[in-house]
Amino acid sequence: MKKSIIKLVKVWKTYKMGDVEVHALRGLDLEVMQGEFLAIQGPSGSGKSTAMNLVGCLDIPTKGTIFLDTHDISKLTESNLAQIRGRKIGFIFQQFNLINTLTSMENVMLPMMFQGFSEEKRRKRAIELLELVSLGDRLDHKPKELSGGQQQRVAIARALAVDPDVILADEPTGNLDSKTGDSVMDFLNKLNKEGKTIVMVTHDDELAQKAGRIVYLKDGQVITKEDRK
Amino acid sequence: MLVDLLKLSWAGIKHRRLRSWLTMIGIFIGIAAVVSLVGLGEGLRVAITSQFGFLGTDSLTVTAVSPGFGPPGQGAVNPLKDDLMKKIESIQGVNTAYARIVESALLEYNDNQRMSYVGSVPEGHDRKSFETMLNLNIETGRLLRDSDKAKVVLGNRYSTEDIFGKPVEVGKEVLINGEPFIVIGILEKKGSFIVDGSILMNEQDAKELYNDDKTVDLIIVKVESEALVPQVQENVEKLLRKERGVKVGEEDFQVQTPAKALESLNQTLFAIQLFVYIIATISLVVGGIGIMNTMYTAVLERTREIGIMKAIGARNSMIFLLFFLESGFIGLVGGIIGTGLGFSLSHGLAFLARQAGFRLIQASVSPLLIFGSLAFSFSLGTIFGVLPALRAAKMQPVEALRG
Repeated sequence: MKKSIIKLVKVWKTYKMGDVEVHALRGLDLEVMQGEFLAIQGPSGSGKSTAMNLVGCLDIPTKGTIFLDTHDISKLTESNLAQIRGRKIGFIFQQFNLINTLTSMENVMLPMMFQGFSEEKRRKRAIELLELVSLGDRLDHKPKELSGGQQQRVAIARALAVDPDVILADEPTGNLDSKTGDSVMDFLNKLNKEGKTIVMVTHDDELAQKAGRIVYLKDGQVITKEDRK
Repeated sequence: MLVDLLKLSWAGIKHRRLRSWLTMIGIFIGIAAVVSLVGLGEGLRVAITSQFGFLGTDSLTVTAVSPGFGPPGQGAVNPLKDDLMKKIESIQGVNTAYARIVESALLEYNDNQRMSYVGSVPEGHDRKSFETMLNLNIETGRLLRDSDKAKVVLGNRYSTEDIFGKPVEVGKEVLINGEPFIVIGILEKKGSFIVDGSILMNEQDAKELYNDDKTVDLIIVKVESEALVPQVQENVEKLLRKERGVKVGEEDFQVQTPAKALESLNQTLFAIQLFVYIIATISLVVGGIGIMNTMYTAVLERTREIGIMKAIGARNSMIFLLFFLESGFIGLVGGIIGTGLGFSLSHGLAFLARQAGFRLIQASVSPLLIFGSLAFSFSLGTIFGVLPALRAAKMQPVEALRG
């Protein structure tokens, strides 16, 4: 029996737009198991991004409970959440979200800085990780000097920096051509085989098929679960 | 962690170089004004008080000044000849006339230096009455005698350790403008800046120190009674016009009652100081608001960046510190430039003033003033950075990531 790493129980997320209440999530139940590759799929407006924000501890639910390693994190303050996600979760975004004023190396070092790693350790690990994503020769390049695929690889290196339990990827290939996208997917698969838990949000069927399990969302609820392996 | 945040803040400033520079202008104008003014003010006070202070209302001072036309800096001052004393003493109502050499001097002891001024003490029978007039009393050691050579008496200020790190004692050697002198006495504390900070030496020593045999800087005329002062003043002026061959209205000298002169100069000085302080304060407030504006813009521009940093583990306090320090840096760099500018300005103005004949004016920008203005400008930056930094820290990561 595999361990549950993140568990959402009857989670509601409601946004107020003026006087109107919009329910992005309506009692969502979702469990992420350790070591799996989970794809969350759904059309736009289905609540998948909101779900990812909650899974990634970027936000807290309006109602319901979220467990991370059996700890209830749904009532924590933003600073406590920041501490948790900084240690446990690595993010990969569609728009790469690198900091443009910093070099590849500095971008990868940043999460480790927030965790208080020593300069020496940060440097060493950043170089290792950038070599791992075949960017050992681009250490001092700034994001604007890199191609989209290279930027996403820097982002992957950054996501791995503090050796988190879970990698969250939000449409990781959305801004890449199919060939580069494939290599990013291959890399995620490789990480999964090495034991990392991966949660990927996508609206792309083909991409979702590469995951171990797919959860379909619609109107803020899970409509089907598909276990593929 | 703090060092890392400092580096990151610094990178932010460098990235927005032009805007950072523009923002700093407000700060460095204000700081430059304060530094130059405080630096010069100290020098001016030394100059004014050393010339005119503490002589009583029954005396007059005679000084050579530039006649008030022609370009400054051409050395237009025609110094007073030392043969004037006898002629002034022969005027009715005059008790005595003392020649004095009053020059700025660099006093050195225990490897520390201090700008001060040297005042000469008249020799012979004038010595006693001069000492009585200035009410000079000795605390340790003794007063000067005619036979003393390369000996000085110092004001009480130097007997504490806060000037040179250790007190100057009787029998020790000090350097004045690089020349060695032996301290033979320390004056009683007067509570007055002028007397307590003075260096007294015999007239001959002063003449040699300043390579000046025939001229004096200041003549003090002691009048028999206060009632006779206006009459004596007029006669002395008449005499000097004749001696120096100038017409009424073109005088290249000044005959003043010291108390009055000091008062009017202090008033002028105060007015100028007040004016510059007001301008400096306005400039600093405007500069501070400029920093706040720049920081708000930076927070807005970097919303996404803030979101990213929060997503990858930055706590609110770190985001706050990042912007807080960046704001402080803008203030600090503005302060460094301002202090440098103020330092040059005060020394430049003092130099011009000396060229124009105000020989005693020295700018003194102390390390405390420099350190103080740097700390102040950094604080100014951080104070005006608090609100923008708080806004950045409070952003919700999800919303910030949307940009």
